[in-house]
This record gives sequence, structure tokens and C-alpha cells, in this order.
Amino acid sequence: MAPAAAAAHHTSLGLDSRKMAFWAFIGSECLLFASLISTYLIYKGRSLVGPYPDILNIPFTSISTFDLLMSSLMMVLALAAVQRGDLKWAKVWLFLTALLGMFFLAGQVYEFTSFVHEGLTLQRNLFGATFFVLTGTHGAHVTVGVIWLLTLWSRALRGKLGKANALTVEICGLYWHFVDVVWIVIFTVVYLIQ
Amino acid sequence: MSATKGWRSWLTTTDHKRIGLLYFWTAFVFFLIGGLEALIIRAQLARPGNTVVSAETFNQLFTMHGTTMVFLALMPLSAAFFNYIVPLQIGARDVAFPRLNAFSYWVFVLGGLLLNASWLLPHHPAPDAGWFGYANLTSREFSPGPNIDFWLLGLQILGVASLAAGFNFIVTILNLRAPGMKMMRLPVFSWMTLVTSFLIITAFPVITVALVLLMFDRFFGTHFYLTSAGGDPVLWQHLFWIFGHPEVYILILPAMGIVSEVLPTFARKPLFGYTVVVYSGVLIGFMGWGVWSHHMFSVGLGPIADSVFSATTMLIAVPTGVKIFNWLATLWGGQIRATSALHFAVGFIALFTIGGLSGVMHASPPADLQQTDTYFVVAHIHYVLFGGTVFGLFAGMYYWWPKMTGRLLGERLGKLHFWLMFVGMNLAFFPMHFIGLLGMPRRIYTYAPELGVAKLNLVSTVGAFLIGASILVFLINVWRTRKRGKVAGNDPWGGATLEWTIPSPPPPHNFDVIPTVASRLPRWSMTQLTAIPEGAELGKPHAPAGSWWPLVAACGLPVLALAPLTHTLWVAFLGAAILITGIYRWAFEPFEV
Amino acid sequence: MRESPAGEHAHPTAGVYLRVAAVLVILTVIEVGVFYVPAFHPVLVPTLLILSAVKFTLVVMFYMHLKMDSRFFTFLFGGPLLLAMVMTMGLMFLFGAFVLKR
Repeated sequence: MAPAAAAAHHTSLGLDSRKMAFWAFIGSECLLFASLISTYLIYKGRSLVGPYPDILNIPFTSISTFDLLMSSLMMVLALAAVQRGDLKWAKVWLFLTALLGMFFLAGQVYEFTSFVHEGLTLQRNLFGATFFVLTGTHGAHVTVGVIWLLTLWSRALRGKLGKANALTVEICGLYWHFVDVVWIVIFTVVYLIQ
Repeated sequence: MSATKGWRSWLTTTDHKRIGLLYFWTAFVFFLIGGLEALIIRAQLARPGNTVVSAETFNQLFTMHGTTMVFLALMPLSAAFFNYIVPLQIGARDVAFPRLNAFSYWVFVLGGLLLNASWLLPHHPAPDAGWFGYANLTSREFSPGPNIDFWLLGLQILGVASLAAGFNFIVTILNLRAPGMKMMRLPVFSWMTLVTSFLIITAFPVITVALVLLMFDRFFGTHFYLTSAGGDPVLWQHLFWIFGHPEVYILILPAMGIVSEVLPTFARKPLFGYTVVVYSGVLIGFMGWGVWSHHMFSVGLGPIADSVFSATTMLIAVPTGVKIFNWLATLWGGQIRATSALHFAVGFIALFTIGGLSGVMHASPPADLQQTDTYFVVAHIHYVLFGGTVFGLFAGMYYWWPKMTGRLLGERLGKLHFWLMFVGMNLAFFPMHFIGLLGMPRRIYTYAPELGVAKLNLVSTVGAFLIGASILVFLINVWRTRKRGKVAGNDPWGGATLEWTIPSPPPPHNFDVIPTVASRLPRWSMTQLTAIPEGAELGKPHAPAGSWWPLVAACGLPVLALAPLTHTLWVAFLGAAILITGIYRWAFEPFEV
Repeated sequence: MRESPAGEHAHPTAGVYLRVAAVLVILTVIEVGVFYVPAFHPVLVPTLLILSAVKFTLVVMFYMHLKMDSRFFTFLFGGPLLLAMVMTMGLMFLFGAFVLKR
């Protein structure tokens, strides 16, 4: 990846411009997810017909949650590897992060299709609408993250992910952990607090 | 890609000054379109029972007038100045992310074109449910055609442009300041740009969600805003106004920043109470988040909600008022040079104050129950947005025209422009206070003579056309200035801030040597601008070449939007492919800042 | 890329990361346990909110490195986060979530 030119010059706050931009972006995303979560909470209990939240599968989703938490661990290990110039382990951890992300997505696909089979659709009731749009938006974010991770992994495969690129891996990590953190909130607010 | 001439250089430019000019001209064209829409509205309302346009077309006109003015004219005109002026004021060579900057511009143009393309289709299905698109009028049931689809897709695209610019300017202002340019030495215009940018990145996600939910209702059969399945149309109002109120501060703060630059220059006196003015701006930004339901006093939110929002709304008048006093104190005792720019800045103070007063009147729920949804509100919004933002923007135009073009706009025509616009504006909008209290609702295409508002409406229409005439005067001024305007040197006004230390227009790299700043008013304390610092490289620093990828990526968005508009799925994949290709090529392109 | 001076300080070791991961797992187990054990249901909501807040904080502070990084990043993230939470509370109130059921 092209060197972070924005960091090559002295900056007023002594902070990397790209990292600063990304934290601002994450802040902005808090408002996005909060609006979706608010909509979910506002409409909780207002569905005129079922299926209702008892359709949610806590054991299954707990495993998804573990999966995402572990993927965050893989991510920090990947970053650490890149920061010490360890290309071999960088490849391993990046791939594992992406893999766990794909398992999460597979789990979401399974969950969504099974709900549809049980009669919960976007159109069925407010629970369906708010649930699918909230978790679907989260899933879309995970998908973007997986693509980003696989892009970095393919750079690593070609030997183009050295210490100099640590920042881009770090920023990918910030995104990935944020997506994980949003899931922590969703898991609690949607699945556990019914 | 080293060419700086030719149309290709403009398509690939990443130079903040060029992008600023692109924003300016594009936004000005949209301003004229929005103004034309207003003139047709006023022609229709000049007499009771008029038949200039049908009711359906009238709905489209006021919707597009509002949407165009807010999103395609006022915000981008402010953005023109953010782009051109802020890097110069902070002593930088460009913004933090020049290609992202170009991307913002192209997305804006394409979004604006998409929105207005609706006028060109058979039966011109332009958006017609008001600029705030209340549910459930916007549902598929009550708005079956593509009108609202154009609206929501256009706005989503424009939101992307605004968000990108917001991130860019936050990082630019915080991280790219010249040495010695501490935050409390930053020019007020740059400060207000920073606050505005924070408002943008926090408020736009909310309307993004609101529009996504509307899109799902209209395309995928959900019931987010529909009561038949237990949904609540009021949810739309909340989400929209949680965005919408910060949005009006996004619209006014830049103009306030401009006024804070113009007044000191032409009073030859530093801004009175700089610190207070800055903190007030920041406070307005924060407090702007706490007032949104004052747009909903007639919805029946209950006494607690009404009282809370009434109180917060009255409180926000305080920092606003504080600024006004500081501006007046800046002028008091100054050596006044009554340039056109100063006329507009002073006009801003007077007209915005009037708008603020009617705003405070709205803050009382019982009073607002009579005012809301009448022309009284139309009066208020136009005093603050036209008398405020538009006058502020024109002050900026007269002030910074020499810096951007190298020539001064004519002063005689400038003053003619001002007076025509000032008189026209008051004729157009002052009667609306009375028209509204006499009972004329908003958004009606005609009215009965018995309402007793015919004469006042006629006066208002005359005022509107006077405004139109004043704009023509401005355009004549612009045209004549191209070849015959007085040539401006670096600093035609004796300004205090860094943009006046470099040539007009500036060279691509802005500063030969990045200055070290030691005060808030570097040019007025010339001895403070230190000599060339040790170790600085002289000569013309390299300015970055352009890039095609921001434009390519931007093109992906309207193509994506075409998918729902044409009900064809593969178009979405095409749009996504263009967007992703653009992003990848952009990410892997070698680009030196 | 030049390391920005006021940016990061000491990186946590892999051990720290693993310990954080372990705590996250344990907290999740407790959360699920609270959900299933009826005795906890009276305090379900506050308990779960606190537990998830702790997990959130751990990931942000350690995995996203916010604890060790410039306080400015905390502000850039924390400000909008606070705003988001207040907005959610406000909306919930406006839609009757905090009204005592008679």
C-alpha cells in the first residue's frame, strides 16, 4: 500500500492524520448505529403479530459472539506481527481474523434464513424490520471488514506488508474492533435483554 | 498528470483552490435554479386563485426550492470557502486528504444532478413532499411515483459528500496548522468550519438511517413509518429533526465565521471578544443537539417534552446573542470602510437578529401552535437563512473574490446589489410574519381572497423579484470584473490573517515558505511573522498531481442509485463495481501530499 | 512512515491481549448465565448493561489501544459516543420507555 504520505510531514497535534480521520469516522458510526438501535428499542414490544424475540437462539448467538471476540484477538496479534516485521505470522493472524469473520457471517446467514423459514421477515412485523435492518447493517460492516482483511492478507502474501505499512493494518484493526464492539452492544440489547 | 490546463486537469484536480472554485460555480448555478423555483412560487402566490402552476407542480417547486437551497446551494457555497480559504488561513499547502476532497465535490455534483434529473423526465416527477419529507405522505401508498425515490436517493448521495468533507476538514484544521498557529490563534472562520464539520459528522448519520428506513418502507415492504403494523410516522420526524436542527447550525455557523472576519478588517479593529465568540460557536454546536423537538410542538409530545425543548431552545439564544453583541462592539469605535463586503456583513447582523427574534417567539409552545406551519415560520427561516446565511456568503464573496481571482468586484455595482437585495429581501419576507399570523398556512398553492392576505402576498412577490434583479446585478459585476476589475495585490483590504500574505490568486503550493505564526492577527503584527526559519527549504515546493480515481469512485454512487429507480438489480452491481474499483485504484495509487 | 512522537507508547504484549481475551470470554459466559438463571432476572437489565459496558471498554481501551494513545483520540470517539447514548435515551423517553406502567 502506498506509504501514509499524510504522516510523513510534521502535524500540529503530533498525531497521524489518517488515524485521526479514522477515529472521527468511528465516532460518526456511533451515531449511525445508535439511530438503528434506538429504532429497535422504540419499536420493541410493538409488533402487532409474531414471531417475537423468543425466536432468538441465545446459545447459537453466544457462539457467534465468542467468534467475533476471538477474531479481535487475532486482529491485535496480526497488528503486533506486522509491527515487528514478522510477515509469516502477520499472514496467519490476518487470515484467521478474516476466517472468523466469515464464520460470523455464515452464522448470520444461517440465522436469517432460519428466521425467514419460521415466518420472521422484514415485512412481517416491526420486530422483523428493526431486527433485520440493525443486524443486517452490522453484517454489511463485517463484510466490508472481511474484504479489507483479505486485501491486506493478499498484500502480505506478495510480501508487501512490512513495518512501514503497520498503520494501515492498525486502521483496519480499529474498524474491525469497532464492528466487534457494536456487536457486543447488539448482543446485549437485542438478544439478552428481551 | 502534470498538466494544469485543460478540462482534464479540472476533472483530476486535487488542489483545494480549484475544488473550491468548482464548488462555488456549481453551487451558484444551483442557487440560481433554487431562486427560479422561488420566483415561480411567488408568481403563483401573487394573487389569490392564480393559475401559473398546478397544485402538483407547486408542491414540487417548494420541495425542490428547499432541498436545492439547503443541500445544493448554501452548504456547498460554504464548502467553497472551506475549501479555498481554510488551508490558506491555517498556513497549509492543502487539506489533509486532497483526493477525498475531490471525491466530495464530484459526489456533490452527481447527487445534485440526480436530484434535478427528476425535472427532466416525462411528467417531471420531482420530489413533492416538502424538503423535510414527512411520513406517511412519503409512503409508497401516498407517493407511488418515483418523486420521493429521487429525493431519498439524492440526499443519501449528498450525505456521503458532506461526511467525507467533514472528516477532511476536522483533520485539516486540527493537524495541518502552521507552526505557532495555536487553536486560540485560529481565524474565526476556520474555527466555525471546525465546529460545522463536527456537526456534519454527527448529524448526517442520523438522517442516513432515517432515509434508509424510508427506503426499506418504499422498496421492501417494511413498516417503519406506517401505522398499519404498529409503526409511528412521528419516528421520521424525530430522526429527521435530530439531523435537521444541527443542520441549520451547519448552515449558519460558516456565515457567522465570515462575518467575524469581514467586520474586523473593515473596522480596522480586532474582533471584540475573540475567545467568547469562539466558545459561543462551540456552545451553539453542542446545544444545537438539544432542541430538535421544537419543530414538533404541534405533534402532541406531552408537557414534559414540550417544556424541556422550549427551555433548551430559549437557552440557545444566549450564545447567539452574545455573538451579535461582540460583532457590534467590533464595529463600535472602529475606522469604518463601507465596502460592499461590509454592507453585507452588517446586513447579516440586522437581518439575522430579526430572524432570531421570530425564532425565540417559536420557542414558546403555546405561541408556536399558532405560528407553526404558517408563513410566520417561512418568514423566520428566510430571515435567518437568506438574511443570515446568504448575506454572509455574499460578504464572503466580495471579501475573498480578489484573493480567489486576483481582481476586485466593482464597488458601485456591489452596493447596488446590496441595496436591491436588502430592500427586496425585506419586502419579500417581512410581510410573511403578518401573512402567517393572519392564517395563511405553508405549502398551499393558492388562497382565497377572503383570507385578506392578497395585498401582502403581492408585496412579497415584488420583493422576490427585486431579489432576482439584485442577483442579476451581481452577475453583471462578476462578468465585468473578469477583464475590467481592479487588479488586487496580495492584500487589497489590509486583512489580518494569513491568506492575505500570499499572491492573489495564490500559487498552487500556496506558501513559498510555511510561516511561523506568533499572534492571532499575523498580518497586523508584521514583525511577528518571523523571518525565514532555519532549515526551511526555499523554492517552489512540489504540488501534487491530480487523480482520476475520486471521480471514478464518485460515479459509482449515482449508478448504484439508478438500481432502485429503474427496478433493475444488476445496475446495483455495476455501481458497486465502479465504486469499489475506484476505491481500490485510489488506495493503491502512489500519491504524495 | 515516521512514527508520530506523541502517538503510541509501549505496546501491550501478547500476554496482555490474551488476558483481555480471557476476561472477555468469562464476561460473556456470565452474561449468558445471567440470562438463563431465573434468580438473576430482577437485576437482568442493569447487570447485562454493566457487563457489556465493561467488555466494550476493554476492547476499546486495549485492542483499539485507546488507553495508551493520545487522549485526543478518546475525545474524538468519546464525544460522539456520549452524544449517541444521550440521543438514544432521549428518543426512548420520547416514545414512552421510561413511563411507569400503572
